[in-house]
Amino acid sequence: MALTEKDVRYVAELAHLELTVAEVKKFLPQLDSILEYVNKLNELDTSQVEPMAQVTFGGPENPSLRSDEPRQTFSREEALRNAPEQDAGYFKVPRVIERE
Amino acid sequence: MELTSLTIGEIRNLLTQKKVSAEELTRGHFERIASKDTDIRAYLTLCPERALEQARRIDRLIAAGEPLPALAGVPTAVKDVIVTRGVRTTCSSRILENYIPTYDATAVERLEAAGACILGKTNCDEFAMGSSTENSGFFPTRNPHDLERVPGGSSGGSAAAVAAGLATVALGSDTGGSIRQPAALCGVAGMMGTYGRVSRFGLVAFASSLDHIGPFGRTVRDVALMLRTVAGRDPYDSAAAPAPVPDYESELDQGVSGLKVGVPREYFAGLSPQIGDNIQKGIALLEKLGTKAVPISLPHTDYAIASYYLIATAEASSNLARFDGVRYGFRSPEYSDLREMYEKTRDRGFGVEVKRRIMLGTYALSSGYYDAYYLKAQKVRTLIARDFLDAFKEVDVILAPTSPVPAFKLGERLDDPLQMYLADIYTVNASLAGIPGISVPCGKTRGDPRLPVGMQVLARHFDEPRLLRVAHAFEKAGGFEID
Repeated sequence: MALTEKDVRYVAELAHLELTVAEVKKFLPQLDSILEYVNKLNELDTSQVEPMAQVTFGGPENPSLRSDEPRQTFSREEALRNAPEQDAGYFKVPRVIERE
Repeated sequence: MELTSLTIGEIRNLLTQKKVSAEELTRGHFERIASKDTDIRAYLTLCPERALEQARRIDRLIAAGEPLPALAGVPTAVKDVIVTRGVRTTCSSRILENYIPTYDATAVERLEAAGACILGKTNCDEFAMGSSTENSGFFPTRNPHDLERVPGGSSGGSAAAVAAGLATVALGSDTGGSIRQPAALCGVAGMMGTYGRVSRFGLVAFASSLDHIGPFGRTVRDVALMLRTVAGRDPYDSAAAPAPVPDYESELDQGVSGLKVGVPREYFAGLSPQIGDNIQKGIALLEKLGTKAVPISLPHTDYAIASYYLIATAEASSNLARFDGVRYGFRSPEYSDLREMYEKTRDRGFGVEVKRRIMLGTYALSSGYYDAYYLKAQKVRTLIARDFLDAFKEVDVILAPTSPVPAFKLGERLDDPLQMYLADIYTVNASLAGIPGISVPCGKTRGDPRLPVGMQVLARHFDEPRLLRVAHAFEKAGGFEID
């Protein structure tokens, strides 16, 4: 097995996921077998191949791009309507700046 | 009159001849949903007021003798990863259980502008991640052909709704096969257009370089009408292709004589006879219609699953970062600081498959592994796309099975994620290449119960007209019921 429990916990931290001990133990062999499977990509020599990040088509510049002008989309009330917590017209989050 | 097995064209005739009203048609569907959907559970949320308001608007047009828009009165289901203003949109996830969008997806807006009556939102795998609809955060959907079996996924609710007469047509989303595979397992037609053919504005993002919105229908003509309505450029999605949208329907009957149909050998090696026999009969039927079957090779097929699951999960890990309990959705009530709020919110809000994919994608993008996994997968994606471009120098369309297996039993595959991923082997290739694909019914399996088999038709970028022509010719020649 190439992956360790420590790796799984580190990746969970990067992903902002609080995994339980049971979840870490469950994911470890599953992620490991998936990673082992995807290693088959290394059978292919891609040293001369460009990566494909997006499906693109030749032709003139995409006219779908619109001019960057400010305009009204949602009202503040609408934008806040789904917020779990709000206050005075803002999204409310736990304190992130410490007081002196 | 049976109102729940009609096509778009039949609905149009009945409405204009005043044999039925749009309101009766809509109510007839809600009645059928009330009696049938207790077993199938295709819908997560119904929106009868919205549907009936639209139906009455159509009825007023008819009464006034006004021309009717293309989809007037057509009962339509929408997958719950596509946002609908004022109607709960959950992505089948607990994290969005109470999310009420403040806008409509472009595809939804275009359907309603064309007169469609949106009945409700359909169940799916959470955030479209899965191949069985069992990963829904709420409940599984069952296959109308056998309630012990899955409808496929991730757009399983939309496919099941159309198959069971709970909607005439539906919208789904396809990232690696999520329209085509459930269409195959439920015995309906389902299509993914060229990447960018349909605007993704309002489709909750899973993997942005692979995501599509597309239609389900019981006939190819209905799929063509739906696609034409929702396709086209959109200032809200810069990837939406500016290419003009053809009138697909008018070209459906132009025939297929002389077309070269590619049969990729990699898709048939190891294919079980219960699927393979039907596809071979489908190929033979198209030959009878004047096409020429040409053996071809898509040599990198075997690498597609590995490439796809790295790219899709990497993009998903980035796209799903937005679900953090701040702007919308669930927020864990227990936390002592911001970081803990994020972590607990995401752990409680996401289901196991979503977390697994976020983990895999985060790993593939993490420092030290990016080149080995994500970049490598993108390079292999280039090779897979090139395979198709090369093949289309020789042939006009490609025929392939959609799924290596028919509908499987609930619970049968849940414990082994890799086995579930491998079932996408015939659909992810076209997704990676960005080419269009449709799955159409191709008879049923032998044995008991007899289950639907799906056949895919793939075509060049933006060659949807030819793809639809082949699928329509196949349907007209009895291909859907081939035996």
